Amino acid sequence: MTGTALPLLAAGDPLFAHGVDLAVFVIVLIKVVVVFAALMVSVMLMIWFERKVISDMQSRIGPNRAGPFGIMQTLADGIKLFFKEDLIPERSDRVVFKLAPYLTILPAFLAFAIVPVGGVVTVAGHTFELQLADPPMGILFLLAMSAIGVYGVMLAGWSSGSKYPLLGSVRASAQMISYEAALGLSVVMVVLVTGSLSTRAIVDAQALHAWQWNAVRLGVVPFLIFFVAMVAETHRPPFDLTEAESELVGGFHTEYSSIRFALFFLAEFMNTITMSAIVVTLFLGGPDGPAPHIPHTQWLWPILWFLGKTIVFLFVFVWLRAALPRMRYDQLMDLGWKRLIPISLGWLMMVAGFVIDAWWGLAITGGVVVAGALMMRAFSIGAARESERAIIPPVGVRLWQRPPATVAPGHEESEA
Amino acid sequence: MKLAATTLMVHSTLAAVSATGVTVTRASTVDVVTFVIAAAAVLIGAVGVVLARHPVHAALMLVMTLFGIAVLFLLQRDDFLAAIQVIVYAGAVVVLFLFVIMFLGVDREENIRFEPLRGQRPLAVLLIALGTAGVLVLGLVSHWATGAPEVAGAANGPGSNVAKLGKSVFTTYLFPFEVTSALLVIAVVAAVVLARRPPATPDPDDPDAASGDGNVIGEEQEVVG
Repeated sequence: MTGTALPLLAAGDPLFAHGVDLAVFVIVLIKVVVVFAALMVSVMLMIWFERKVISDMQSRIGPNRAGPFGIMQTLADGIKLFFKEDLIPERSDRVVFKLAPYLTILPAFLAFAIVPVGGVVTVAGHTFELQLADPPMGILFLLAMSAIGVYGVMLAGWSSGSKYPLLGSVRASAQMISYEAALGLSVVMVVLVTGSLSTRAIVDAQALHAWQWNAVRLGVVPFLIFFVAMVAETHRPPFDLTEAESELVGGFHTEYSSIRFALFFLAEFMNTITMSAIVVTLFLGGPDGPAPHIPHTQWLWPILWFLGKTIVFLFVFVWLRAALPRMRYDQLMDLGWKRLIPISLGWLMMVAGFVIDAWWGLAITGGVVVAGALMMRAFSIGAARESERAIIPPVGVRLWQRPPATVAPGHEESEA
Repeated sequence: MKLAATTLMVHSTLAAVSATGVTVTRASTVDVVTFVIAAAAVLIGAVGVVLARHPVHAALMLVMTLFGIAVLFLLQRDDFLAAIQVIVYAGAVVVLFLFVIMFLGVDREENIRFEPLRGQRPLAVLLIALGTAGVLVLGLVSHWATGAPEVAGAANGPGSNVAKLGKSVFTTYLFPFEVTSALLVIAVVAAVVLARRPPATPDPDDPDAASGDGNVIGEEQEVVG
């Protein structure tokens, strides 16, 4: 009961089981500093990694001047950006314009706090989890942070007082709100089979066997939905409509320069890293993995497994950017609202049914199949009706399927 | 040294809690400091919503208030409500406000001198004074305003906050819960119906609209062809 009496965010951690004294405080402080520093360094490496991988995929060399393999390139860029002139447009809302980059970067940093990086370790008589905070609300903290992340982008675009940033920010916020629903629903499925919101409990429930990982246990669908929604949440290609260079100059950060511009990029890469870590935590067992029996290294293996899995996702992010063209805006919205949300709702019902027992599960599966078929029918009728009028054909209706436009009788005669 | 003293105080408070087994704790220094900061954020935000001339600034002030309230929930050891407060109010409701403000182009400073309703300001001051006085009096004479007896049952005992909330929502308060969700669905459907463009088929009772719509359809088809 002492654990729940703590008004802190970190009540699940055994570190706080015996109250808070100076040693506990120092341990928490060290955790904060280490996580902050590690995130900053990994953002630096991530930018370099992305540029290197992209240039390999495009048969270029990429950054190769600063440091070995150009690994210091990001640092050089950062220093350069620091000394650039900081422009504030005349028509901007100055206070909000200055506030927006920080509103973007804060949630990106904070969301990482709930990620379990390793197992439970004991140092100098203090047992603690390798995780910054283990609040009972756990994964809801991630949803709260991603909900707040909208503000930075939205206000940045609006306060610039110029039209491309505004268009970019409107796109960004609509996109983030749309995909948050699918993201949240796939998280709900994980919470449903775990029975707890805490990220540590989610990871513990997946331990020991790879077939207990949520990606396998829930059927692969929730994992895929989360992955797609996560790419959309981070505005990464193919969902980078918010900064579509060919249409919007630079999107919401067009008017930003110098270090404020750098902050937006820092936030974007930080979000990429955080989301990769979260998908590993939720669906792929987090730090779970086989550990060889080498003495004094048992604490190290979970961390290595976690890092390895996260790096795989970081690579996939880069790979998507190199391989896929940008989606059209209506395709993006159709995918979010007409595909991902109905599928995740149906799958959620099925998971809920199977959590009760197999008969409920089968009955609900039947109901979901019938409802899905009805909805598909409704969509196809709607799409057919839409394609009679629309200039841009909706998704799933190809150009050659469109009924030929009826030519007015007067027209026909004049042409003949 | 101050820090050490603070942490020691928290320690002793917790020790007292575990000794007596009562979850209602004496407020520690950390609690008081957190409360003061959060309450200040709530109040400054609330006053700012009223005083800000710019609608976007007012909306941002509202976010600050909602955040402060989330921290206050956290202080009451209800982290679930705190998270929901941030997700729903700060993350969805105010974002929607901002969306509307930006889209409808009302994002410019308001002229305070213009008063559409005569006498609304003195009335507002009067109502605020009455309301504040009422809350203060109620806080003094009864526990209604401070919420001492909880409606949904004690938060103490085994089980997490979320489990208890879920149980009470899906058993005792199932009917209000379902009715509320039905209300929300009706609101969404109504919004979709209202936002739809009028159908292309003309109303037979309205000859003006019929001729006008016919022209529009013809033009559209030419564009498509």
